[in-house]
Amino acid sequence: MTETGEAPVADFHDVVELHDVVRRFSGRPALDGISLSVARGEIVGLIGRSGAGKSTLIRCLNGLDRPEAGRVVIAGTDITRMDETALQPIRRRIGMIFQHFNLMSAKTVAENVALPLKIAGQTKAARQKRVMELLDLVGLADRAGHYPAQLSGGQKQRVGIARALAPEPLLLLSDEATSALDPETTQAILTLLQDVNRQLGLTILMITHEMEVVRQIAHRVLVLDGGRIVEEGPVARVLASPQTETTRSLLRGLSPVLPLDVAARIAPTGNQALIRLDVYGPAARKPLLAEIETVTGQPPRLVHGGLNDVQGEPYGRLFLALGTADADRITAVIDRLSPEATAVELLGYVPHDL
Amino acid sequence: MIYDTFFARAMSRPLFDLLLKGLWETVVMTGVSGLLSLVIGLPLALILVTTDRGGIYQNLVVNRALGWVVNALRSVPFIILLVAVIPLTRLIVGSAIGIAAAIVPLTIAAAPYFARVAEVSLREVDRALIDAARAMGATRPAILREVLVPEALPGIVSGFTVTLVTLIGASAMAGAVGAGGLGDIAIRYGYQRFETAVMVAVVVILIVMVAGMQWAGDRLARAIDHR
Ligand SMILES: Nc1ncnc2c1ncn2[C@@H]1O[C@H](COP(=O)(O)OP(=O)(O)OP(=O)(O)O)[C@@H](O)[C@H]1O
Ligand SMILES: [Mg+2]
Repeated sequence: MTETGEAPVADFHDVVELHDVVRRFSGRPALDGISLSVARGEIVGLIGRSGAGKSTLIRCLNGLDRPEAGRVVIAGTDITRMDETALQPIRRRIGMIFQHFNLMSAKTVAENVALPLKIAGQTKAARQKRVMELLDLVGLADRAGHYPAQLSGGQKQRVGIARALAPEPLLLLSDEATSALDPETTQAILTLLQDVNRQLGLTILMITHEMEVVRQIAHRVLVLDGGRIVEEGPVARVLASPQTETTRSLLRGLSPVLPLDVAARIAPTGNQALIRLDVYGPAARKPLLAEIETVTGQPPRLVHGGLNDVQGEPYGRLFLALGTADADRITAVIDRLSPEATAVELLGYVPHDL
Repeated sequence: MIYDTFFARAMSRPLFDLLLKGLWETVVMTGVSGLLSLVIGLPLALILVTTDRGGIYQNLVVNRALGWVVNALRSVPFIILLVAVIPLTRLIVGSAIGIAAAIVPLTIAAAPYFARVAEVSLREVDRALIDAARAMGATRPAILREVLVPEALPGIVSGFTVTLVTLIGASAMAGAVGAGGLGDIAIRYGYQRFETAVMVAVVVILIVMVAGMQWAGDRLARAIDHR
């Protein structure tokens, strides 16, 4: 560890705990009763539409914004009513990556990354060493002496990431850290964050609109809408079977949907049933199609969809034509699958030749 | 000096010495009161910005009171201020005439002016940058040192240049009440004795001084502006 000023860290399990947090802006709630906890070493993805309250939520975690009601507990310390001075040592253990970078224009890349270390009182020699390490890590070592105005958006964001990681924080709050990056750099940054998470047990709360980012590194996902958490759960579960309309619309493009021509041929009656099957985790590893065959006597046909994986956990959505329209058998299939699947739905009937 | 012979031919030796003395006195008056205005005005500007609503040292009573004093001082015409502060000048300098005496009213006029100009630049610093520093756990003095002042510096330098230029003009006015300097020479020789050559020489020197100062100030401001 570096000689950073240690926050008064109590014995704690959850790095972040929110209890019924409410934050209003001129009467309108931006956060409307948020309760959540983030365990040490966890990576939590925070998703939601624009204006859902995501930035406001993470600003409450380091006291940049103060809730009107509720409690904010960081690493076992209640910070809800702490004044700015008391918050300072705690903030030094929380890294923050801003949506709009927020780099000091009058400081070079190296000086920007060194700033949190300078604030924490590190010596110049210690700072320089750490800064070069970090700039190497984010691939900007050759830009150390440049000013932010001379960098591209993606480069600025990487400086912001290096700056947030500089003081070896306990908790990293990230507001769209990868939205300004190209796919290749995004990969590099995600791998970097995952490494820091595994090696140092860094807890990460990351806002993103890229489901791909959530899929790759988050353990758990929170969906925010209108200042409330409308859905939360393990990433594979939420991706496999979103429970709310908000989540579904945020996931659009990631979860397979039936092609329009197929959807147009679904009718209330027909030659064979078409079902949607959402699975994740152990259930997705079972020979489900064979199980269906033992019930119906014929192999189901995969019309659309398939399996994907979230950090080794398979999840997916399958559209299956059962080859039969017999009501009893269909009910039997659904009964058989229901305990295993996250969701099974009879969509309707389609012709044989589909 | 290289120009000695040139000037000696163009004007009499005593006149040249007179102008040189006047130039020196103007430089001293402007320089010292400019420096004092910087030392007094910048903290005033920082107080005005940080004690305002949402500032890091929010204190509306202090903010309103200081804002009122600064405005009051700025609304007094310099020529009136020059006379009005004579008792104070006597108290500080021991005399009401001379360069040292002129520095008192010049500073009292320029410090609030510079404070307002610097305040504008400080207010333009993006709140998001202050948030970034707060998020790092910066103390309030660290926010002033690492964010507010460096980010506003190009504007502060430009504002200080304008202040110095204004001071050159004001010091000429102070000359009129016996403070010395180029203004004094222009009044005594050019205006009262109809020595047009002296008047022209003074005006030319002032133009060169102001233009040079503006040029240097602009260059410095541009050199430190990395936005
Ligand atoms: N400083 C503020 N003053 C007034 N209203 C605010 C302020 N900050 C946020 N809001 C409002 O609170 C709500 C939530 O804003 P927030 O910035 O948290 O949204 P977000 O989920 O981060 O959106 P985005 O994805 O666009 O960044 C919005 O309706 C916004 O207009
Ligand atoms: Mg936001």
